[in-house]
Amino acid sequence: MSGHDNLPVQVEEPIDNPGLPEHHWRPTDVDPKAEKRAERQVAALFGLSAVCAVLFVVAYFALEVGDNHDTVLGMGASNVALGASLGGALLLIGVGIIQWARKLMADVELTEQRHPAASSDEDRALTVAALQAGLEESGIARRPLVRNSLLGAVAILGAPAVVLLRDLGPTNAQVSDAETGAGLEHTVWKKGMRVVRDVVGTPIRPSDVEIGDLFNAEPAAIFETDENGQPLIEGVPLQVAKSKAAVVLIRMDPADNTPARGRENWSVDGILCYSKICTHVGCPISLNERKTHHLLCPCHQSTFDLADAGRVIFGPAARALPQLPIAVDSEGYIVAQSDFTEPVGPSFWERDS
Amino acid sequence: MAIDTSKVASSNSSAATPAKPSKAGAVATWADDRLGLATMAKKNLRKVFPDHWSFMLGEIALWSFVVLLLSGVFLTLWFTPSMSEVHYEGSYDQLRGIAMSEAMVSTLNISFDVRGGLLMRQMHHWAAMLFIASMMIHLLRVFFTGAHRKPRELNWVIGSLLLLLGTLEGFTGYSLPDDLLSGTGVRAADGFMKSIPVVGTYLSFFLFGGEFPGDAIIPRLYIIHVLLIPGLLLALIAAHMLLLVYHKHTQWPGPGRTEQNVVGFPMLPVYAAKAGGFFFIVFGVTALMGGLMQINPVWMYGPYDPSKVTAGSQPDWYMGWPDGALRIMPGWETHLWGDFTIAWNVFLPIIVLPGLMFTILMLLPFLESWITGDKRDHHLLQRPRNAPTRTALMVALMTFYGILWAAGGNDIIAIKLHMSINTITYWLRFLVFVGPVIAFLITRRWCISLQRHDNEKLLHGYETGIIMRSPEGGYSEKHLPISPARAYTLTARDRDEVYTVEGDVDENGIAAPASRKNALRARLSTLWFGDNVQKPTAEELEEAHHHAEHEHELQASLDGHAADGHQFDGHHSVDGETLRGGH
Repeated sequence: MSGHDNLPVQVEEPIDNPGLPEHHWRPTDVDPKAEKRAERQVAALFGLSAVCAVLFVVAYFALEVGDNHDTVLGMGASNVALGASLGGALLLIGVGIIQWARKLMADVELTEQRHPAASSDEDRALTVAALQAGLEESGIARRPLVRNSLLGAVAILGAPAVVLLRDLGPTNAQVSDAETGAGLEHTVWKKGMRVVRDVVGTPIRPSDVEIGDLFNAEPAAIFETDENGQPLIEGVPLQVAKSKAAVVLIRMDPADNTPARGRENWSVDGILCYSKICTHVGCPISLNERKTHHLLCPCHQSTFDLADAGRVIFGPAARALPQLPIAVDSEGYIVAQSDFTEPVGPSFWERDS
Repeated sequence: MAIDTSKVASSNSSAATPAKPSKAGAVATWADDRLGLATMAKKNLRKVFPDHWSFMLGEIALWSFVVLLLSGVFLTLWFTPSMSEVHYEGSYDQLRGIAMSEAMVSTLNISFDVRGGLLMRQMHHWAAMLFIASMMIHLLRVFFTGAHRKPRELNWVIGSLLLLLGTLEGFTGYSLPDDLLSGTGVRAADGFMKSIPVVGTYLSFFLFGGEFPGDAIIPRLYIIHVLLIPGLLLALIAAHMLLLVYHKHTQWPGPGRTEQNVVGFPMLPVYAAKAGGFFFIVFGVTALMGGLMQINPVWMYGPYDPSKVTAGSQPDWYMGWPDGALRIMPGWETHLWGDFTIAWNVFLPIIVLPGLMFTILMLLPFLESWITGDKRDHHLLQRPRNAPTRTALMVALMTFYGILWAAGGNDIIAIKLHMSINTITYWLRFLVFVGPVIAFLITRRWCISLQRHDNEKLLHGYETGIIMRSPEGGYSEKHLPISPARAYTLTARDRDEVYTVEGDVDENGIAAPASRKNALRARLSTLWFGDNVQKPTAEELEEAHHHAEHEHELQASLDGHAADGHQFDGHHSVDGETLRGGH
């Protein structure tokens, strides 16, 4: 029944509306003493607020910032004093105003009639008429050629708007370069590049790594300097390189490791090298469980088994950690045999493996 | 209502004293000659707002937004949104000499070398948390009390958009310092974008100005954070408030309050004072939090380095639920023809799910009105128990949210409770589907029981706690009628009508074309209303009162024999009665 859509607004009441309850006077309405007391309370609150504001100014100039940054509550005394005095100054004004409203302003409830949100039928009709008259006079309905060409012209304006955003950045295909390691498919790793310690950049011999040890490592390229000692890679390219090339070195009893097919000679004396970038959304993975050779990502707890080709054994990641094939160079340091054989980091649409 | 003010102090007299020509009057005349403000102000200065503590929740959101604007402007005076690499040389010795972005350096300077800078940074962050938390609680208040119904559906949609934008504003804001924690968040956001099929890498490369992390993301997030989103927030807040004023605020039912009126205090002076005073209170509380409670100490995390991460990395709490979905999602990935990859494990929980949840949120008022067929205006609020299915639906959604939020902290739970992260995750995968269903069923039954309890009170009175012993030795509790005002308030609610498809046929008796849709609607309407307890009719009340009178007459013979204390049963004159004592 369509009548259901138009239920009467007036609800049937089993009990008659008794009407607004009687108004009760407050002590401050009938007792001049109480009224005076409330007045003094409110003024005192405002006065205390002013004191706090002055204290704020005093604290601003009296307390040093900089050196003593953790003297009170792990923060500087200045911060605590400024916060407390500003908080006091503001709160006391607020409490004072509300006390004023509650005790001294009229507390008689008023009643107002509501009006329907909708316009009246008459207004609607007048609006429709005005709209139709305006549209009629514009001739928009009678001149489809004008109308449609305008719509077309406005629509095509979207093209400049979209195209203008094109130079927000290059595409992956534009930056991709195996030589410099740019793009999602490449890193700065190259055949013969040394695997060096994180932070300090010193090369690593197999004998430096004990069984069960996990080294955070980087490619030697990010520590290289020119003849003046200036780094060859710095700033943005350095951050980009680090975000893909960071690796972990782990040594395990060769008997524990089950290398994937074709990866039998990717390790050196039980030392394996894996990408440190999680295949889930790209956090650096760092939590090593020494006994099990499991590596856990602290962001979303994906867990990878380094003794089983980096396979995912738990968590939301879908792909094994990419492995970097390593060897030892003529001076006895660990080097990469090549770049990673697959893209590192999070999955993306164009990823073909 | 005429009130005799003759015997009272000045506080409640509203007799206007004739204005003498004054300077202020001259200014007002000058302005009104040009702006015509009096026409608008005459109605609105004394506009009535109903009073209830729960109407203050949205106000917290409004005032914390103002605090955000003020503290945010202060921060922009020193913050440098640049990723140029510089060496930190400020006051904080642990980081001195270390290379980091200018954004991080300026954040450290604000924290250590600008007086009041740390206070403003912390106030800004705390106010952001208050802003989003109060929006969420305000949203729940509105939904649980039915304030989203016609004519306020669009204001519900605006409010939902405010919550969405507020969340994005929070994320862009806490990413700006370019510290290790926020950089990790941005790194994850890059992974989220890359998971979007077809366009993912393009979005990522365009947003970051090339390959992650690039040097464009901080300046771009900055302008989004200080101009784009705040501008939208301001516009939507203005629309939200205008609609609030236009619709007039909802009110709780009670004596004298109807669908046609609004009862409360006038804007000037009471509401202006209360709301204005409350602004100072919100501002003051934020200042105390900024002064006394540390938040986001970026100097402890250090600058962002894409090869580093801290254990227990957590986003701000309001991003916790999609992060939780991301954590408990199984690692599903599809490889198409060996050429393309769809990372369902990222795309579904972090891109699709939040979009879906916000869409559902915005559609809730429209779904409800379609199911109930209720097209009337509603200005009286409902108690949550009087809309059991709606209440249960929101509690189910809250449970879903809560379980995902817990999942967002699965590592913290594992560490604090010494439990296996794997076990927690498997359980949460199960609970996220089962928990909302259980919560729905329990809440719905609970509401219906509360409705029954209300009817009990109406028909048989309230439980007095007085135990009567009958001559036969049986015990019963004495019930007394509730006050007329209370009884009226309990009955001031709609009678629910279940939608039926009967009659949905044309004149030849053939089912109307949309009848399959209507059959679904009828089933949903039955689910929505079918088990609700309706308020008693006037006859039922009458009969129950007769019954009570009768009971009372039966008990009258026991008068004078009432056990000590039972003489105060509200039916007898108790003048001069005292507890007999002596036992």
